[in-house]
Amino acid sequence: MKDLVLKSFDATRLRREIWDKVMVVVLFLCAACVLFILFIILWHLIARGLSSLNPAFFTHLPKAVGESGGGMANAIIGTFVLLLLAVGVGVPLGLGAGVYLSEYAHQRFAQTVRFMTDVLNGVPSIVFGIFSYTVCVLPMKSFSAVSGGFALGLMMIPMITRTSEQFVKMVPHQLREAGLALGLPKWRVITGIILPSAIGGIMTGIMVALARVAGETAPLLFTAFGNLHYTQSLMQPIAAIPLQIFNYAVSPYSDWHRQAWAGALVLIVIVFIINIWAQYFVYSRKRWSAGK
Amino acid sequence: MKKLLALVAALGFATSAWAGQIQLTGAGSTFIYPAITKWFEAYDSIDPNVQFNYQAIGSGAGIKEITDKIVDFGGTDGPMTEGQMAAAPGKIYHIPLVMGAEAIAYNIPGVGPGLKFTPDVLAGIWLGEITNWNDPKITAQNPGVNLPNMPIIVAHRSDGSGTTFIFTHYLSSVSPEWSSKVGFSTSVSWPVGLGGKGNQGVSGILTQNPGSIGYVELAYAIQNKIPYGVVENSSGNFVEPTVEATSEAASGVPIPADFRASIVNSSNPKAYPICGFSWMLIYKNMAGEGAKGKALVDFAKWAVTDGQKISAQLDYAPLPSDLIAKIMKTLDKISY
Amino acid sequence: MSRHDTSDLIFRRVLAAFPITVLIIVAGIFFELVYSSLPSLHKFGIGFLYHSIWNPVEENFGALPFIYGTCVTSLVALLLAIPIGVGAAIYLVEYAPVKVSRVISTLVDLLAAIPSVIYGLWGIFVLVPFMRNVVQPFLGKYFGFLPLFQGPNYGIGMLAASVMLAIIIVPFIISVSREVIAAVPFVYKESAYALGATRWEALSNIVLSYGKAGILGAVILALGRAIGEVMAVTMIIGNDPKIALSLFSPGYTLASVIANEFAEADFPMYLSALIEIALVLFLVAIIVNILARLLIWSVTGAQSAEAVK
Repeated sequence: MKDLVLKSFDATRLRREIWDKVMVVVLFLCAACVLFILFIILWHLIARGLSSLNPAFFTHLPKAVGESGGGMANAIIGTFVLLLLAVGVGVPLGLGAGVYLSEYAHQRFAQTVRFMTDVLNGVPSIVFGIFSYTVCVLPMKSFSAVSGGFALGLMMIPMITRTSEQFVKMVPHQLREAGLALGLPKWRVITGIILPSAIGGIMTGIMVALARVAGETAPLLFTAFGNLHYTQSLMQPIAAIPLQIFNYAVSPYSDWHRQAWAGALVLIVIVFIINIWAQYFVYSRKRWSAGK
Repeated sequence: MKKLLALVAALGFATSAWAGQIQLTGAGSTFIYPAITKWFEAYDSIDPNVQFNYQAIGSGAGIKEITDKIVDFGGTDGPMTEGQMAAAPGKIYHIPLVMGAEAIAYNIPGVGPGLKFTPDVLAGIWLGEITNWNDPKITAQNPGVNLPNMPIIVAHRSDGSGTTFIFTHYLSSVSPEWSSKVGFSTSVSWPVGLGGKGNQGVSGILTQNPGSIGYVELAYAIQNKIPYGVVENSSGNFVEPTVEATSEAASGVPIPADFRASIVNSSNPKAYPICGFSWMLIYKNMAGEGAKGKALVDFAKWAVTDGQKISAQLDYAPLPSDLIAKIMKTLDKISY
Repeated sequence: MSRHDTSDLIFRRVLAAFPITVLIIVAGIFFELVYSSLPSLHKFGIGFLYHSIWNPVEENFGALPFIYGTCVTSLVALLLAIPIGVGAAIYLVEYAPVKVSRVISTLVDLLAAIPSVIYGLWGIFVLVPFMRNVVQPFLGKYFGFLPLFQGPNYGIGMLAASVMLAIIIVPFIISVSREVIAAVPFVYKESAYALGATRWEALSNIVLSYGKAGILGAVILALGRAIGEVMAVTMIIGNDPKIALSLFSPGYTLASVIANEFAEADFPMYLSALIEIALVLFLVAIIVNILARLLIWSVTGAQSAEAVK
């Protein structure tokens, strides 16, 4: 009787341990599956992108429909112009809001703003396009680079607000108090001591936000609109790499497909570079504070 | 930060280098997209100071954006309705730029071009009543063609489209059932099918999906080597979409003074039944738009005359010469 | 001193303008959406949400096909992504060597950084043919008795869109789940081991039940992302406002109908109906956010309470 109990106990134990081993494999496979997909996507991007890239892609304008050749020079410049405009909208608002939240805000006001930025973060990108269309495009009577940059800038706000608040709060109290003890007004302490100390982290937040909006297409569909040429003024429609990829990908022309892959590779390289650049700021900040 | 500023400065400089040129923005019809971009290229040597930016986002969008005055000109293949004309802040002219045929293009493994379609079959396919390529209604017209047992993938436009307007207008005029169930417009409630954005998108569906059928502007079918069929016209003749058959569709059709004419299901026995005009939408009053008005009118005049030879290379039918004379008169009425 | 007070006050006021502007923008988006959708709200009322006809010709608009398409694709995507995502997260936190875990986490973040239009491009040229030639014939052959896997096989369709969405949201699920699982106090696991539990038992009983709320929060955030995804879905879902049971059939989502039709909505009512769809998306974003915050707080909040002790 006693033996039997022990045996069945052993059997259960064995089953449990086998199950334990099986689950390790299953969990490993889950992780492997995700990596596999990532590699497949990157492989296609690199293989098809590299074989499609040529100098003309960077220097030429798009050709007439259905004709081979040409490039995306205007879209590459357009993407950078749009990102600069987005920085112009997103950075002051996000940074200002973040610093205020950290240094001045009452608890309830801060909660409200934090919640609202979180909501903004969750709003589908297409909604920003509609908003920018109604507040920029319709009153200005034209699709424009400005309206596209505005939509992208709004999308950057939540990330910048959050990281600015976070990194400003992380500045050691001693620095703050030392400044105040010297008789500096609080605003001088903020602009002269706190912001310079937190700038590395803030820049990282800005860059990560920038990387996120660099590949956005939906908010640009009815704002930046796309352009077959270089844009002469910020009040005119402007081309962007993501828009161009979209237009080319859904087209029937094989040369446009080729250029869509090339564009995708260029876009992803831009996004990754911005992301890596973002990390650089964190490290440089560490070095800076260590040097002090 | 300094680098960033330098970049801004560099971009600012780069963009100002083109200042002094006029840039005209247009949007709408994808039907005319191959022709109009070809024109832009050629026009560059005629007036290098004018640049065109045309985004082919569908005729519906062309009508909407010109009504809101967000673009300088619209492109459409479905005429604006009276209601839309009334809603616009000024008088809009419909300037015919080309005539084009819509190919019934398909991708059936093992089947080449020239499949015969009757109006009944076309209506049946787009109504979702004929669902397989070996349906007797299709095989009856095509003896000798080995049609596979394969489901039909119907493609249509997902965006508001003049191509759709022409096609649904055609179906409405040949099929009472279509007329009562669906009707015609730039965008309709489709009984079946996959939606593709633009003529490009529908052609994309056709090239990527075996068993598919769709309606696209002829240039798209030819450029992408998608086989297309011949369609029975109102006189019972099976006609291939060609420049000549499209021109025939317009001959003998009275064109109203505002050019908003339909040439689908023409009574001409040589005519291809699914074709139409593609119009440029321009405000009669372009004063206050600076140099844009003149640039646009000059371009339109060139497009309907010299430009026709270029568009004919892409299988758009040239406008009849008596119509061109009328168009020139209308263009002269535009004030700038 | 009073000079300081004045300058400080001015600085504070000026700075306050920024968060207030942010609030105004969020409120502005909301009011703009409500205001522009008023005609549609008046005409169709609540029926807008459950009527299935989307007919621009007759100006009769119901959003049900889009709501259906959005729900189906998002749910199928979650079904695919949750087990894989949570499993991968557990593996990274509990099993993988720290260095490997760090490298993989970086790679997963890379996956999250890919723009959705690139996913769409990949979807058209790689995923859709794969679905058409391999996955869907297989499902049709062996699971064809289920109405989910019947009907013509286009490749393009709701299943392809769901798989695409699953790939897009998996990195979100992994990174939030990772944090949640790592936040489980070590003591709890130790106690489970002391009671003779195997590693998996400790994980499944203690860690998962402890982190349940947090993981649910991650899932809801991922759901929010899936619902709002535009380009990748638009490019491969087939854009057809039909309600079909089969996952093989084309569909349409809330976000993609706006992308396709907004620029061309040439009648005021049409435009208003599309903006009402945007309003629905906006409200869903708010609800998703509240839910996710509550759930994630309930875990990390407990954790910080733990730390205080």
